[in-house]
Amino acid sequence: MAIGTLAPPIEVAAAPAAGSSRVWKKLARNPAALTGAVILIAVIGAAIFANYVSPHDPARQSLIRRFTPPVWVHGGNAAFPLGTDQVGRDILSRIIHGARVSLIVGVAAVVVSLLVGVSLGLLSGFLGGRVDTAIMTVVDVTLSFPQLLLALAFVAALGPSLVTIIVVLGLTGWERYTRVVRAEVLALREKDFVEAARAMGVGPARMLLRHLLPNTFSSIIVMSTLQVAQAILQEAALSFLGVGTGSAYPTWGQMISLGRDFVTVAWWLPTFPGLAILLTVLAINLVGDRLRDALDPRVG
Amino acid sequence: MVNLVARRLVRLLVVLAGVSVVTFAILQVSGDPVALMMPEAPEADRAVLRQAMGFNEPLPVQFARFVGKIARGDFGQSFFHREPALPLVLARMPTTLLLAAVAMGLSLLVALPLGVLSAVRRNSVFDHGATFAVFLGTSMPVFWTGIMLILLFAVQFRWLPVSGWESWAALVLPAVTLATFSTPLLLRIVRSSMLEVVNLDYVRTARAKGVSEWLVIWHHALVNAALPLVTVAGLQFGLLLGGAVITETVFAVPGVGRLIVGAIRQLDFPIVQAGVFLLALIVVLVNFAVDLLYAYLNPQIRVR
Repeated sequence: MAIGTLAPPIEVAAAPAAGSSRVWKKLARNPAALTGAVILIAVIGAAIFANYVSPHDPARQSLIRRFTPPVWVHGGNAAFPLGTDQVGRDILSRIIHGARVSLIVGVAAVVVSLLVGVSLGLLSGFLGGRVDTAIMTVVDVTLSFPQLLLALAFVAALGPSLVTIIVVLGLTGWERYTRVVRAEVLALREKDFVEAARAMGVGPARMLLRHLLPNTFSSIIVMSTLQVAQAILQEAALSFLGVGTGSAYPTWGQMISLGRDFVTVAWWLPTFPGLAILLTVLAINLVGDRLRDALDPRVG
Repeated sequence: MVNLVARRLVRLLVVLAGVSVVTFAILQVSGDPVALMMPEAPEADRAVLRQAMGFNEPLPVQFARFVGKIARGDFGQSFFHREPALPLVLARMPTTLLLAAVAMGLSLLVALPLGVLSAVRRNSVFDHGATFAVFLGTSMPVFWTGIMLILLFAVQFRWLPVSGWESWAALVLPAVTLATFSTPLLLRIVRSSMLEVVNLDYVRTARAKGVSEWLVIWHHALVNAALPLVTVAGLQFGLLLGGAVITETVFAVPGVGRLIVGAIRQLDFPIVQAGVFLLALIVVLVNFAVDLLYAYLNPQIRVR
């Protein structure tokens, strides 16, 4: 499911912040989530220390070494564990460096979505009336477009670059936050503590930031985690379709795109970068799903 | 009911207006469309064309003209094909819709029984297996799934064609690829909607009355779980079309998605705008229909 917006449906609870040690304990008890966390830490580590852990320069070409198969296949070379591509570049090194783009885009796009989506959701739920109608109409309009298609059109129109991808993915993926935050604010408005705060003369700005926003944190955290996974898939899809970062720096999607043309002679070209995406996204989804359970006081 | 239809119709028009704004914006943010249309021409000629096409006028005026044109089905001439954009897109629409429909059918065939079984046997080995499969499915990039299927069934076993659209066999791999993208979502929704009804009083009553387990599940539970299912399936239609765009590119299926992706590479914006607008229009209409269907099926619905 990867194209896009296929984040698993979010079931959220308006939870008062759970004690963080309890959250960790719940996380640790789940082997799937633990595996996910380990993979995720490995990927983040690889991205940060890419220059030290990758065996070769990801850009170094060597025509005599093109299409070296993975080490366990006949003709493989231990110096290039996952083989080399059509111009002899080391695939493992390119995958390690590609993790950087995926993680940067994934996290930064979600930050953009968060800023837009959460503010609009707070305003929509808190102010109600015409503002609410207007914001929800914009949400409906955004939902009408296949997100990937919209991102594709705007990245191409603005000119592909890392920043463009981040901004466009961020601005096409915020509506989920708006809907959930709005729903939570609507529910919270009826709560006693909000009534009490209002009776004590708390102003609207303080009410929003101090009383309402913190109570939406647990759902925001869970949603953001799962959205990072979606953004990584989206970025890969954009790179695959040829409107990537516009630079020669390796990305997983671009490696698959280039490798596709050689799939009949060298299956490893598109296979390994795809596995990298699959493992990373799966790890994030497993951790995010467990996080949802851990932050939801209704689940044991 | 009439009141409800009227409200929804107004909403539909408002959303369509918003969709037009976004579609209009695609060309605006690209910078200078005239430079794309005549890259070699001297600045003087470009200025003439800019004047002739109204690019010098204020944005609201340009937008009004754009809306007037698309209301008549005129998205302008394709920069590349040198013919009107809309017919080019429309000609490829049946292919895309066929692909989406077959994939949706496949997804339902798999997701309905598996989702129901998962919910009925909650926390069994089967349920855990299905849940893990959902995770796996939602984590795979759809274009990569397609390439892996090509590798396996077209390159390794040579059972199916690598790409193209000449025979029914060519439909198999793209449809399966797209289905791997939509099935996990659907399975998850079937499972959770079933879980919500499977322990409700009337289901228990039916069981207590001695209605057979099979009938309880399929008749009493599933029918009631179907309502949210229809709504969510409608909402996911946009995702399915997004998936179709990529799938078509992987398998060289001559549909709207491949046309748009090709047009994007050539910066052929009239095609991009016509394609994006039409796909959004389909999503809007599907959701409108689902909305009405939901209201019609659910007598309790209250419209604020």
